[in-house]
Amino acid sequence: MSTVQTTPRPSLISALKNINLRSYGMIIALVLIMLLFQVLNVTLQNENFITPLNLTNVILQNSYILILAVGMMLVIVNGHIDLSVGSVLAFCGAMSAIALSHWDWPWYTAVLFAIALGALIGVWQAFWIAYVRIPAFIVTLAGMLIFRGLTLKVLDAETIGTTGTFNELASGYAFLGVDLRLPTLVVGVLGAALYVFFQVRSRRRQVKAGIAGRSQLAWLAQVVAVAAVIVAAAYVFYSYKGLPIIGWILLGLVLLYTFIANRTVFGRHVYAGGGNEKAALLSGVKTKKTTFWVFVNMGALSGLAGVIVTARLHAATPGAGNAFELDAIAASFIGGASVTGGVGTIIGAVIGGLVMGVLRQGMQVLGIATDTVQIILGLVVLAAVLFDVWNKKRATGGGGLMPPIVGTTPGGSGDAKSKGKQTEESSEETKAGAK
Amino acid sequence: MTEEILRMRGITKRFPGVLALSGVDLGVKRATIHALVGENGAGKSTLMKILSGVYAYGDFEGEIEFDGEPAQFKNIRDSEAAGVVIIHQELALVGELSIAENIFLGNEQKNRGVISWDRTNTEAARLMRQVGLHDNPATLVEKIGVGKQQLVEIAKALSKNVKLLILDEPTAALNDTDSENLLELLRTLRDEGVTSIIISHKLGEVLAVADRITVLRDGQSIETLDTEADAVTEDRLIKSMVGRDLEHLFPPHEPKIGEVFFEVKDWTVHHPEQRDRVIVNGASLNVARGEIVGLAGLMGAGRTEFAMSLFGRSWGSNISGTALMDGKPLRLRNVPEAIDAGLAYATEDRKHYGLHLEYDLRENFTLPGLGKLSKRGVVDQDGINTVSERLRKEFGVKAPSVYQLAGNLSGGNQQKIVLGKWVFTEPELLILDEPTRGIDVGAKYEIYELIQKLVDQGKGVLMISSELPELLGMCDRIYAMSAGHITGQVDRENATQEELMRLMTLETASGGEELRQ
Repeated sequence: MSTVQTTPRPSLISALKNINLRSYGMIIALVLIMLLFQVLNVTLQNENFITPLNLTNVILQNSYILILAVGMMLVIVNGHIDLSVGSVLAFCGAMSAIALSHWDWPWYTAVLFAIALGALIGVWQAFWIAYVRIPAFIVTLAGMLIFRGLTLKVLDAETIGTTGTFNELASGYAFLGVDLRLPTLVVGVLGAALYVFFQVRSRRRQVKAGIAGRSQLAWLAQVVAVAAVIVAAAYVFYSYKGLPIIGWILLGLVLLYTFIANRTVFGRHVYAGGGNEKAALLSGVKTKKTTFWVFVNMGALSGLAGVIVTARLHAATPGAGNAFELDAIAASFIGGASVTGGVGTIIGAVIGGLVMGVLRQGMQVLGIATDTVQIILGLVVLAAVLFDVWNKKRATGGGGLMPPIVGTTPGGSGDAKSKGKQTEESSEETKAGAK
Repeated sequence: MTEEILRMRGITKRFPGVLALSGVDLGVKRATIHALVGENGAGKSTLMKILSGVYAYGDFEGEIEFDGEPAQFKNIRDSEAAGVVIIHQELALVGELSIAENIFLGNEQKNRGVISWDRTNTEAARLMRQVGLHDNPATLVEKIGVGKQQLVEIAKALSKNVKLLILDEPTAALNDTDSENLLELLRTLRDEGVTSIIISHKLGEVLAVADRITVLRDGQSIETLDTEADAVTEDRLIKSMVGRDLEHLFPPHEPKIGEVFFEVKDWTVHHPEQRDRVIVNGASLNVARGEIVGLAGLMGAGRTEFAMSLFGRSWGSNISGTALMDGKPLRLRNVPEAIDAGLAYATEDRKHYGLHLEYDLRENFTLPGLGKLSKRGVVDQDGINTVSERLRKEFGVKAPSVYQLAGNLSGGNQQKIVLGKWVFTEPELLILDEPTRGIDVGAKYEIYELIQKLVDQGKGVLMISSELPELLGMCDRIYAMSAGHITGQVDRENATQEELMRLMTLETASGGEELRQ
């Protein structure tokens, strides 16, 4: 099996083949969907779809789903699910509106209050899930009822209006009097430059250590493409009113959580626990503690999303956040989360949420009825999970509906002889494991 | 009626890039018990998967003739319709269903689409009598032992009018009595006209029960022996299976044994759910620096339970006893504390407990030692890369790069990753639980060398193994365990398989006595 070791021919096709479909498939899908709507819109309505206004609207209208999706991705990667986020969001949003309007708290205290309250709810649910080991599905199903009920109770079936800076969080373009238009462009260009700098540095180190994974060309194509997308996005927002405040919040969250997921011990333990809990436990990972904090975090982000929803509607309503948990879950799966846990990226969740947002926005612009939109979104979720299943099979070389047989993977081992022995061995081992 | 019920000719099976079987011939005579032996990876299971239709006709080269007719099984249903039934080592039973329901699972006894419980139960009772199972057909399968579950599988096969019964390691999980019963049942079935193919690693058992034996090695059929006509001995079989002398199975090693540094005293562990059940009973042992200490015992003796309870209470309840390192008592309340204390435990079950198969080498190598590669909770990515690449080379993991997923590697290479990830935590004592299970001979040798290298650095190794020759070949001292008690220890010079087996099968009460004297 010497073929495994040969370096790929430096052609564009082989470079493209090297691109990890799981990581970049969704970005490509997002771009394709946007182009599709552009073409449809131009031919059917003689209008552009890819306009700064439309893209800004996608961000504004989906911001809270994206916030929830970031937390949900960690929950799903850790091997759980959270059905309560919509209700928790509503309750925290309601309490922040009460703090703001009835108790006359300053806007920032109201925001922090909602986030802290969300975290506290997270502690409640996390305790049952992580330490009492009640399945998250059940605990959060109960939470969904409990916190919706509490929302109705504190709001007394009424709507509480909010005013001032608080509302700006969800839709403003200037923060405390600072216009964010020029900063959008500057940060976009700087960000792209920083991205290129870090990629080059890490590539250099990998080459030095002799473990550069992909071919130079594939790597270069990725770096250039991503940098171009960053600059292009910055320019698009710049040419409207700049990135809205919520866009900055999202950007910060994505960077922060990507860092947590990839570069902290906690993040790696979230993945390890979700990928194989027993092995993680025996490797010294405190899986219970990790799960606990994943749900506390989900609660806190639900609290933040509650603030954003309230601010966007300029009011806390009893029905806020209804079924948002399903959108967040769908975003995670569209964005590449594995159904069995252990796999998924923060950026993937955000892109999954954007795919849904763009589809909604695009179909709305085309005048497609909401019922049809629902059906199409449902099919997209199914297709995304199918893609995950197919991709996994492609990666591990299994066939049919049976679990993949490890030994049949091409390019698995450099030693043909030992590989031939794997097939039998792996089946023998699974048996041994089951006794 | 031909004399041979089965004839497989020139069976060749390729997996991408790999030749798993190469021109294998197998003839099985009607109403005999035919054993298939060979090392792990010799191709036994692959051959049986072809026979039972798991690999469809056309996926392999060669011909199969079954019961006088050419057989072209496309799936398991086809082969079962023809009368070939395979019983995997991992039993295909549903614990929550009754014995009767399991026997007729997928083949329900029904009248016009409605299940007839009457017929299900009476038929099941008849089949159960035939296999010597005297339980109530309504008993849930999870309530009966593995031995009886094995019988349920055979009853299920009989319900399908089996002509050729294939058993993959049927006695691996059984105790001696259950094994003997099962083999006796196979003899009875043979006299009733049912042909069996049995895959087994237990050569004594093979010689006792089989009429004919076919040896496979490296995907080829080496020879077929007749146990009556040929004078077949275990040594004869081993030579044929291994194709080399036993002498060279273990690398030469000059032990440099230092002082005793690790001691366990009066270690007692109870079952995690049935808290009054004692699994490990007052076990004491010690390990010296530079020493490879073996722990022998039959299945259920409590070896793995002992090791896992020691390793941060990963198993069991109500654990008592003391563990000392260099005379100081250790705090081992959870796995991180055990790792900090200088212990490492490489599990017997790589795939489920040892590795993250969906993750690459880097993640697997660095998971337990991640603390060493991070500052204030932030991971040093370059450090991970460098360390993984170093470990990959040091442990001779045959993978093209550190980005390779662990699940894509062979058992031997996976085991090297498990060793690597624990060596990176720099333990003083490594507990290796069945370190060579399911690994081929070549890789075993490399694992042995790695273990010897570790003790030469002054570490201690406690090696649990079910293969007595392995313990005898590798260990400087061997403890034997039986029913939760450590029943004795033998040093390298005095260790023989017979002596170990005697200690491993000692009755518990007297076993405890012997140790105290």
